[in-house]
Amino acid sequence: MSLAAPAPRSVLRANLSRDDLMMRAGVVVLAGMLLLIVGLPLWALLAKGFEDREGRFIGLANYLSYFSTPALFDSALNSFEVAAAATLIVVPLAFLYAYALTRTVLPARWLFQGISLIPIFAPSLLPGLALVYLFGNQGFFKGMLGGPIYGFDGILIAQVFYCFPHATLILATALATADARLYEAADALGASKLRVFFTVTLPGAKYGLISAALVVFTLVITDFGIAKVIGGNFNVLATDVYKQVIGQQNFSMGAVVGMMLLAPAALAFVIDRVVQRKQVALLTARAVPLSPKPRLGRDAFFTAFCTVISFGILAILGMAAWGSLIKYWPYNLSLTLGNYQFANFDANGWDSYFNSLRMAAGAAIFGTVLMFVGAWLNEKTKGFGAVRGIVQFLAFLPMAVPGIVLGLGYIFFFNAPNNPLNFLYATMAILVINTVAHYYTVGHLTATTALKQIDPEFESVSASLKVPVWRTFARVTAPICLPAILDIAIYLFVNAMTTVSSVIFLYAPDTKLASVAAVNIEEAGATAAAAALCIVIVITSATVKALHILADRFLLGRLQAWRRR
Amino acid sequence: MAMSHLEVRNLSKRFGDFTALGDISLDIAEGEFVCFLGPSGCGKTTLLRAIAGLDPQSSGTIRQKGRDVSALPPAQRDFGIVFQSYALFPNLTVTDNVGYGLVSRRQARGAIAKRVNELLTLVGLPDAGPKYPAQLSGGQQQRVALARALATSPSLLLLDEPLSALDARVRLRLRHEIKALQRTLGVTTIMVTHDQEEALTMADRIVVMNQGAIDQVGTPQEIYRHPTTAFVADFVGSMNFLPGTLLAPDKVKVGGLTFDCPAQDGLALSQKVNLCIRPEDVRVRDLPAGIANRVPIEIADLDFVGAFCRALLKVRAAPDVTMTADFSSNLIRDLGVQLGSHLDVALPPDRLRVFAA
Repeated sequence: MSLAAPAPRSVLRANLSRDDLMMRAGVVVLAGMLLLIVGLPLWALLAKGFEDREGRFIGLANYLSYFSTPALFDSALNSFEVAAAATLIVVPLAFLYAYALTRTVLPARWLFQGISLIPIFAPSLLPGLALVYLFGNQGFFKGMLGGPIYGFDGILIAQVFYCFPHATLILATALATADARLYEAADALGASKLRVFFTVTLPGAKYGLISAALVVFTLVITDFGIAKVIGGNFNVLATDVYKQVIGQQNFSMGAVVGMMLLAPAALAFVIDRVVQRKQVALLTARAVPLSPKPRLGRDAFFTAFCTVISFGILAILGMAAWGSLIKYWPYNLSLTLGNYQFANFDANGWDSYFNSLRMAAGAAIFGTVLMFVGAWLNEKTKGFGAVRGIVQFLAFLPMAVPGIVLGLGYIFFFNAPNNPLNFLYATMAILVINTVAHYYTVGHLTATTALKQIDPEFESVSASLKVPVWRTFARVTAPICLPAILDIAIYLFVNAMTTVSSVIFLYAPDTKLASVAAVNIEEAGATAAAAALCIVIVITSATVKALHILADRFLLGRLQAWRRR
Repeated sequence: MAMSHLEVRNLSKRFGDFTALGDISLDIAEGEFVCFLGPSGCGKTTLLRAIAGLDPQSSGTIRQKGRDVSALPPAQRDFGIVFQSYALFPNLTVTDNVGYGLVSRRQARGAIAKRVNELLTLVGLPDAGPKYPAQLSGGQQQRVALARALATSPSLLLLDEPLSALDARVRLRLRHEIKALQRTLGVTTIMVTHDQEEALTMADRIVVMNQGAIDQVGTPQEIYRHPTTAFVADFVGSMNFLPGTLLAPDKVKVGGLTFDCPAQDGLALSQKVNLCIRPEDVRVRDLPAGIANRVPIEIADLDFVGAFCRALLKVRAAPDVTMTADFSSNLIRDLGVQLGSHLDVALPPDRLRVFAA
């Protein structure tokens, strides 16, 4: 080996392969699309808050007038109050329910699990309608509450119903991953059941509890449907946005209220991310999964508890279903299908339902392709950190943005006369785009998680065999991730069927969606028809989910024979 | 030496302030089997991935068969690779896995099938074609990965810890099979491993790496018999390190005793050094009168290891100087060695190595 002075070194710039260039171009296109469907609409909303009705810049004047108008500011306090109360009720209930599902021996566990998910398939106004039937001015149990249901109490009860499955899902996941050895060790050391609960169970579920609380808080504060139906004179932020924009056509003030709504949701999101980052894998590869053993007293208690909760959920759903079948509440209780003749209540009739189906199918197809290909591009592209960072940020942003805020941003951005994309306004396309954007984060995360679980060297192997990367994507990566891809599609479909908040600003007369029609019909006073439309939505999304479960079990089993050993 | 297949010159790889590879230069001959050996984090995998173009170096050049490939993406280089995880495509059959690189070369279907069969026979799995990877054992998966890497007849085969995920027994068998296969095909091969025994049994030449640099390059015998650095001496095989001082170019003083050793020219007199000897080189039987480096010792400990015993020897004249030695079962029996026995051993000067402390 020579000892001559080393030659001056130039830093090597590696050539990019055609694959690299293609993928980088893909990431740039993706970043551009996300900027158009997420970033710029939010920017337009932010800017709008600093303009007067004629579009002149007026600095903080709108914000000053917001804070000095007690009627508006009170809504913010109301929103906080109801969100905090709902969180305090839902999280303990969901914890006990999730504990029952994961840590006790329940008879018909699958049934209890299924019932707890029902609210996910309903538009949020469904529990509101059911409560109107039960406790409203003409309700069965009108006297029982000691006051009108319209307002704080009504919103709270409906929100508990609506948020329950979300909290239960998170907590069941947190509780499902437990290491049996910890419990055996605690037992061997002679710890009491109570002590084991407080020293092993609760700490293990800590992050799940925080996450569930933040999710419930955000859901309540950003929900629009429930407050709309049963809020009465109790104003909250989400209904204020609607009133400012639709009622008073005061877009600037709508934008300011939207920002008020964005702040707590974004804050909750940031806290959740920080907390989740602290969480280290509790379950190491060597952990022994915990499987609960029968214990009579405990199991009986939790079976009773779950039965009560399930009964509550079914009662609300059943009330809405029954109400939808009744001729003239509460005077003529004979049954009829007349409330399902939607043409008698809304100019669009059943068309709004078929619009919903088209929109949900569109969002499921285009959204899934965009989210999965996008996540793949962002995971697998080498280098290019800055642009990938932008994509990552824009993909996470929608989670922190309430639907009604995003919808408002869409009005400002896509309806601007100087925007070349203005032609999209009031089309079916913009509803699909908005829904995909609104639910982008969860799909992106699902896809990213699935991609991270497969061998990172597939692309290296392909390159060494001189097989283009897209071929490996089509032949290997996508087929392996098929279950995750289906999950994303179903998630998008169900949410597109039930969402109200984001799309309420964006529909045109001929693209009205079922969930929006239900709001309109309810506004017009036809509660039964609104309930009927909600029930149709529940049946549709629950059926799609059931088909998904069946497909997962039978079809995938056959298609994916390679998973068997 | 035969014509160089690969020439690596002044290769460096930096991650921010951290230097993963510092100024590596290396030649690999056509048809050679080379092992990159070193502890985890020494840069051996980084070097392999730079050669493949998967994680390009920060500076320096790589030439393959005379062609400068330094800046080329992996797909424009000529190599096959097997990873520790095998990275077999789980949703494709063994046949489709092995034929993966052939299909995109637009060869006739019959020719592909023939080649895949040939390769599966070569790796000893002629009937595995219709199976999926999950239905194979680890060792079988490893062979499929090897067949897939060889399918396109690359002139360079890269193996990244290919055996470390396997059971000890399977690992031993595959060592021989891979080596035999490589010899038959004559394909230039680089294997990364942290297992010195694997490197010693398989490689034509070993590149011992430490902290991003090459410590020594040599045949297994050279590396084992003549380690040029204390790190190599310690990392490859077992080695006694006896701290002492250099009295004369060929004399080292350890704990009051003076030992003859091969003449040293790179070390200063009265410098602190380590005198090194392998446990199996300590001589016990038939010591002739006047043999160099004769030391009376006491057996301070005796570990039964199976085929032999590893004894801890305490030098009687200097009880804080200890070393280990390997005694065969025969020797233990013949000499009646047991804990506390006193006997004389010799440290043959030609088996001693001296390194600066």
